Amino acid sequence: MLNKRPRAIAAAVLLPVISVVAGFVVAGLAVAISGADPFQSFSALFQGAFINPRALPETLVATTPYIFLGLGIALGFRAGLFNIGAEGQFYIGALFGVFIGYSLHGLPSVLHITLALAAGILGGFLWAAVPGILKARFGAHEVITTIMLNYVAFGLVNFLINNGPMVDKASSAPRTPYIDPAAQLPILAAGTRLHAGLILAILAVPVVWFLLARTTIGFRIRSVGFSPTASRAAGISVAWTLLTTMGISGGLAGLAGADEVLGVSHYMPPSFSVGYGFDAIAVALLARSNPWAMLPAAFLFGALSSGSRFMQFQTQVSADVISIVEATVIMFVAAPALFQWIFRLRRAPAPPIKIASEEGATV
Amino acid sequence: MDLVIEWGQVHALLGENGAGKTTLMNVVYGLIRGDSGDILFDGSPAVIHQPTDAIRLGIGMVHQHFMLIPPLTVAENVILGHETVGPVGTVDLAKAQREVTALGTRYGLDVDPKARVADLSVGIQQRVEILKTLYRGARLLIMDEPTAVLTPQEAQGLFDILRSLAKEGKAIIFITHKLGEVIDIADRITVMRHGKVVATTTPGESSPADLARLMVGRPVMLQVDKGPARPGKPVMQLERLVIDDDRRHPAVNGVELEIHAGEIVGVAGVEGNGQNELVEALVGLRQPRSGRIVLNGREVTHATARTFISLGVGHIPADRHRMGIVLEHSIADNLVLSTYDRPPFARGIVRQLAAVLSYAKKLIKSFDVRAESPAQLVGSLSGGNQQKVVAARELGRNPKVLIASQPTRGLDVGSIEFIHKQIVQQRDAGLGVLLVSSELDEILSLADRVAVMYRGQIVGVLEGKAAERDRIGLMMAGAA
Repeated sequence: MLNKRPRAIAAAVLLPVISVVAGFVVAGLAVAISGADPFQSFSALFQGAFINPRALPETLVATTPYIFLGLGIALGFRAGLFNIGAEGQFYIGALFGVFIGYSLHGLPSVLHITLALAAGILGGFLWAAVPGILKARFGAHEVITTIMLNYVAFGLVNFLINNGPMVDKASSAPRTPYIDPAAQLPILAAGTRLHAGLILAILAVPVVWFLLARTTIGFRIRSVGFSPTASRAAGISVAWTLLTTMGISGGLAGLAGADEVLGVSHYMPPSFSVGYGFDAIAVALLARSNPWAMLPAAFLFGALSSGSRFMQFQTQVSADVISIVEATVIMFVAAPALFQWIFRLRRAPAPPIKIASEEGATV
Repeated sequence: MDLVIEWGQVHALLGENGAGKTTLMNVVYGLIRGDSGDILFDGSPAVIHQPTDAIRLGIGMVHQHFMLIPPLTVAENVILGHETVGPVGTVDLAKAQREVTALGTRYGLDVDPKARVADLSVGIQQRVEILKTLYRGARLLIMDEPTAVLTPQEAQGLFDILRSLAKEGKAIIFITHKLGEVIDIADRITVMRHGKVVATTTPGESSPADLARLMVGRPVMLQVDKGPARPGKPVMQLERLVIDDDRRHPAVNGVELEIHAGEIVGVAGVEGNGQNELVEALVGLRQPRSGRIVLNGREVTHATARTFISLGVGHIPADRHRMGIVLEHSIADNLVLSTYDRPPFARGIVRQLAAVLSYAKKLIKSFDVRAESPAQLVGSLSGGNQQKVVAARELGRNPKVLIASQPTRGLDVGSIEFIHKQIVQQRDAGLGVLLVSSELDEILSLADRVAVMYRGQIVGVLEGKAAERDRIGLMMAGAA
């Protein structure tokens, strides 16, 4: 991780940047084909993300969950795990967080917030531990099990909140009760929704970096991700490592969910997320699983997400166009060979993201 | 190299792993291009650029790992790529089934054409592979290590089939490293070593011992400076060990052996006689079925790899890239791969990188690893230097026992000498070494005692003297 030559750093930055530019080109073509003006649309997108009143705070509000989720997914990548279940873990984390938020009263704010966030971490951890155990014990592929557990999580949340035990009986809409005011994360700028969760998310970056680069747990995660066979021969328990990695990854996703409840919505409706957990896979890929790079990557996705609403309002171009940008970015980042072929660049020496499988296929 | 195959004969191609047998046959089958030279088929030059050219000429290959589609039936697999298509584009399966049955009857390859391949045993699947080549009109059959996946009974069945095919006038090339099979089945034998043909002979002219010598012998004997061993008390004892292979057949069958402090015990044997399974069990990577492994008086038969390591067992694995090193880690990280979480390399869960770095610098110097810095990725080193990193890691933590499997395979002479010297030095300091090697010369020049392994058993333990080379060769062939 240390002593990277400037050239290598430049190459590592260049790939994501060009990927994003390519994403906009492809999305712009789609906009043009649909009959709208891509330049006008993207300028509205920019305006909606940064220029308008409260645009930047809204972008930062959307950035926050992307940082947590991206870090969690990246951690999985480093061990060779593809955690597609971040969305479900996000839901369960929010569920645990909102429960602590509305069921306790009279606690000091710091304690209440800490408890609620810890509950969110626990929820995500437990939810991710299930595929972790299935993988470690029976070799069940985590891509399948985490995707399936997403639906279980959605169903569970729907059951509990839609006329279930967690519904607010005083409300006509299906939702949980509001959390206690003491559990709300403080607002950072008056008149905006920007909350202290952003600070927590930014602090999580060095923590995850330290975990990966400086602790024995991180060393185990990276060793298993690079070579499960050599790790096993060196006495590292591969099963245990995969299980803990999955748990920590889920814990970060759960933290994102609880943070969203405590900072933004203050209650939980049955359909809670706007697909943060799926977008965050792109964030982690774009950051090439580097914790520091998660900040700009999450910021970009936060901007896309908040700017696209204004773009749709202003130009009638569907906000879904943003999905084209995201998809193209993933395609480029996930297929460095394609990228090299097009741009004939030297490959940046970043660690490959391994999708764990018997064959050890590399993406 | 030259090789002449005659019709109506089973021609065995014998050699150690890496001798070039499979590469040669892949050239014949068109999977790899040869650099120079010609292939004559039926007396005329053959142009074989890809497998379809080979198939058109009548060359068929049965790979070590089958190329079958498990959910499809036998008949479907056999005709795949050569289907008879009906008027509306349908496949005439009934005709295919009749043809497969007819072929099977003719060559004694009884297989139900309607059976799903996934439901068949490995032996029967191999018959389907043979049927496939015959269906495509093969007259020359290449079998790559065909018995590697078979039980002895299945292997006998295969031999019967091959004999009947030869009687029909077909030519068969039989790639193997197992001596016994060659004597059983071959009409002619070509022995390969390091990419060259070293002899072509017949079972009548050559004894198994001759063949073993031809296979593993090396013209230049490596000299290792070493004094006589001064064995101390036993550090590792193996008692009636039975160890299964991946298919749950016993690969090691009742091995008894003692390794004393300060001696090198060599395990000689043709590869595939249970050495790999034995090594894996002795480092905690494979659970023995029965028997005991005792380490310094403590039973560790079912202990984990981590326990073996912490009790002072070092391991130089045969497969360096898969088991020995993490290519994407730095040299320093590889050097602490099994001790990363112990003091002084970690305090609690926090790694102490300065301690790792200074330890790495020390080992890099004493093991003569040619590298720019400890932060360099191991993947960028040459094979010899990678192996020195493995040796440095395993010997650097002062083990009581070293299990070394093919420690110098594929290395240059300089690295071989260096690693041999390190092993002898550590022996003199009291290390007990189990050295598994298919290079008989390596065993003879290093080992103080030689245990010969054959079919999962130790068939004899001899003093490691060059004069015993012929006896060892005989024992390796199961003939003594």
